[in-house]
Amino acid sequence: MAKDLGIAVLCSLVRPEEKMIFDAFRARDVDFQRIDDREVILDLHQMSLPYRIVLERCINHSRALHTLKYYNDREVRTINSYDTANICGDKLLTSLALSKAGIPIPRNLVAYTPESALLAIEQLGYPVVLKPAVGSWGRLLAKINDRDAAEAILEHKKTLGSYHHSTYYIQEFIDSGNQDIRAFVVGGELIGAIYRKADHWITNTARGGKASKVELNTDLKNICEAAARAVLGDIVAIDVFETPQGYLVNEVNYTMEFRNSIAVTGVDIPGKIVDYVIECAG
Amino acid sequence: MSDPNTQTQCPLCAGEFALPQGAEIGELLDCGECGEELEVISVSPPKLKQAPEEEEDWGE
Repeated sequence: MAKDLGIAVLCSLVRPEEKMIFDAFRARDVDFQRIDDREVILDLHQMSLPYRIVLERCINHSRALHTLKYYNDREVRTINSYDTANICGDKLLTSLALSKAGIPIPRNLVAYTPESALLAIEQLGYPVVLKPAVGSWGRLLAKINDRDAAEAILEHKKTLGSYHHSTYYIQEFIDSGNQDIRAFVVGGELIGAIYRKADHWITNTARGGKASKVELNTDLKNICEAAARAVLGDIVAIDVFETPQGYLVNEVNYTMEFRNSIAVTGVDIPGKIVDYVIECAG
Repeated sequence: MSDPNTQTQCPLCAGEFALPQGAEIGELLDCGECGEELEVISVSPPKLKQAPEEEEDWGE
């Protein structure tokens, strides 16, 4: 009979990652309850829940964020925590956490009006990257090469964007040859990393970036594990630029995707995730 | 001969669709005929629906 450790997995759609996680629990003969966020009703008057630990695998950031807060307030340990989801779900909060911890990051400026954003862009110097603070999979990123483009995009954002586009997160463009590193940290330990190489400056594998193995080294281990600590992350994926001056942490992802990284790294990423959850539940 | 325990149709193109062994409710699968992304809503009997459209806050 499978062991019941009070583990639940919060998700909705079952992508390859969730399927591999389910299979890893089954291979270890450990029961888990599946919570479909599309069916969840959060009763704010119910203070006791039948789970000890919840692995969050939502595809919707907003559902993850609110559900994790609900669970954490009811003393349910979640992986990751609400605090981590909150920080990692917002690029500005992530950069603030990383810079506070002294972790090297690209130069970033934040402004709240098109006028101050234009000044900030010119202060950084072209090209720059304009990102929505909340967003994923490389959506609505803009590489701005000159003042004409800057003025046009800022006007479009002001006119067409929703309210969260009125915070202008401006980052220096790191010319890394359309390549960056995606590093996986589980339980505080760097377990593997890939290069993502693309024909485009946006390198997400979700957008066609190709993966190859990174040989781990002490500098990469130190910066990635420090970045995970800075966002209080249990299981996170760190996006890193490799520059002549050293590594720079770009973003931290809290519901990491890894389907393209298992064969490349040779690391059983879902197995490591599940072993960590079981260890935390034990 | 097709197996009624695994065989169903794509709800969009009506092409024959064999549910793979170990399929999960909620799992995303691609139709081999029309290429549409489908969601498994029942394993026994096998039933599929068109996968949800990507939402603004989807991602990692």
